[in-house]
Amino acid sequence: MTMVDNLQKISNTIWELPATYKEGMRVPARIIATEKLVREMDEAVYQQISNVATLPGITRYALCMPDGHSGYGFPIGGVAAMDVHEGGVISPGGIGFDINCGMRLMTTNLTLDDVKPRLKEIVDLLFQCVPAGVGSHGFLKLSRSDFRDLVEQGARWCIEHDFGWNEDLELIEENGCIAGADAAKISERAVERGYNQVGTLGGGNHYLEVQVARPEDVRDKELAAKFGITIPNQIVVMFHCGSRGFGHQVATDYLQTFLKVMEPKYGIKILDRELACAPLDSPEGRDYFAAMKCGLNMSFANRQVILHRIREVFSQVFGRSAEELEMRMVYDVSHNTAKLERHVVDGKDKKLLVHRKGATRAFGPGHEEVAARYREIGQPVIIGGSMETGSYLLVGTASGAETFFSTAHGSGRTMSRTKARKQWHGKQLQRDLEARGIYVRSTSWAGLAEEAGPAYKDIDEVIAATEQAEISKPVARFTPIGNVKG
Amino acid sequence: MPYHYLEEIGTADIAFEATGRDLPELFSDASDATMNVMIDNLDAIEPRETRHIELSNNEIDMLLFDFLQELIYFKDAERLLLRVRAVQIEQRNEKYFLKAEAAGEPLDEARHQQRADVKAVTLHDFSVEKKNSGWKARVLLDI
Repeated sequence: MTMVDNLQKISNTIWELPATYKEGMRVPARIIATEKLVREMDEAVYQQISNVATLPGITRYALCMPDGHSGYGFPIGGVAAMDVHEGGVISPGGIGFDINCGMRLMTTNLTLDDVKPRLKEIVDLLFQCVPAGVGSHGFLKLSRSDFRDLVEQGARWCIEHDFGWNEDLELIEENGCIAGADAAKISERAVERGYNQVGTLGGGNHYLEVQVARPEDVRDKELAAKFGITIPNQIVVMFHCGSRGFGHQVATDYLQTFLKVMEPKYGIKILDRELACAPLDSPEGRDYFAAMKCGLNMSFANRQVILHRIREVFSQVFGRSAEELEMRMVYDVSHNTAKLERHVVDGKDKKLLVHRKGATRAFGPGHEEVAARYREIGQPVIIGGSMETGSYLLVGTASGAETFFSTAHGSGRTMSRTKARKQWHGKQLQRDLEARGIYVRSTSWAGLAEEAGPAYKDIDEVIAATEQAEISKPVARFTPIGNVKG
Repeated sequence: MPYHYLEEIGTADIAFEATGRDLPELFSDASDATMNVMIDNLDAIEPRETRHIELSNNEIDMLLFDFLQELIYFKDAERLLLRVRAVQIEQRNEKYFLKAEAAGEPLDEARHQQRADVKAVTLHDFSVEKKNSGWKARVLLDI
């Protein structure tokens, strides 16, 4: 019997592992996907999502999104809502080492015809101004004490230091500054790893992409217009990165703290050490929450500085100001995070700590936490695909309560990096992509090969799954033409 | 082969298995396996600067976890690429003590062929085991 046979089909897009599947499961695990995607998922997903279902305080289901794949602790695509009043835990393994890894999207008033002749110049300059690669350091020189201010103030710090426009803040969760971030809860080591990395992409699957919205790919013209996509073949810029070494160290520090207290002090037994956790309502849990919020803010600040650099690059290339080029930010989404949110469960209003690891929040129209500008239409959702295929802008739906208003975050890998690098060669891939009209610059040939399109699931299938499951609705698809890869 | 990467484990991450005749060799091999995820041509890392690492832990696997974290720390804090030269591991009063010397240089984009940035050592299926012929570790790195 294959693993998929253990799943009960609840609907065309909901597949359940019952709570009887594994000892200790407190709730069933549910995978949201089409049958094709479920069948393609690696078996580790089932093991990992059922492990998540054993965590104290988990409410309703342990969930995995359509782009889910094997991770550590939680699978990538994992969502778990913990009831704070029922001993609900917080776990670094449910957020990821890269706290607030996320996506940002900005529009321009340029078209493909404007950009095509200058594409190499743009991408080469972006490659120079937004450092990428192993341990990359940024151009922003901060003292350690400035950095501690930055992680408490997030993107607001950047605006106060002239890295962006005031309106940018309205387009980030909690106006780019998460309340309760406390730099007293972070280690000196975390500061050392992060204070010189603001404004950098990092490596792996992080990237910065120049994309085009072809008229045939705009799925909902009215909604697209509300997000600023109004011109045929309009150029947009999308990028993916997180909190860099700082966030990674915060997660590592607290993983070790939790391992020490979890069982002796709180009697919590786990099936994978990466699920180390503590009740949110405990000294250790509260400390991590306050430190993790510094990671959220660092990432908002990192993306803010990068956004500013992108504006400078386009402005330099086209000899016009970023304001004239209407380089407006559409939105910033976090897909590695835990947030306290109110959700209605079985008719009761509950305060839940929602972990999203490789999953994007997708509140529907009217939700009070959606940025005022979009409140009537719902929260924008930015889903990045591989550098070869395409990416999407979607919107949250009112029907997303089943997943605590969460949806996919990317196209999801299907092949290990080790396998991918044996199948493709970076230099050849770069030439092939260039022949197809995608100009790529990377710090790493091997890293480029590992990011080859076929190493990922079919992004269109993932998006279709989120649409069929009614957890998000596609607005526009973007095609890459230029890419800076970490 | 002192280490090899596992194709079927981890998709977004990179898993490896390292072996050693004794603990110092295992730690040294695991550190090269970690550095080799970031830099393809390890031989291009010249020993221009030295760092001394001292650690202790009750558990041997967590000692390796801490040790690999050190390399990742220097990679971010100083952009320093390190290779381990000498490792000593002693067990006293049911606790392990490590002393190591590592040497290397700051990343030079012209000479060092980059691969993927390692974010962290994960504890997912992390293990250090004694085998008949020596020691074996299994590690999944977050990329």
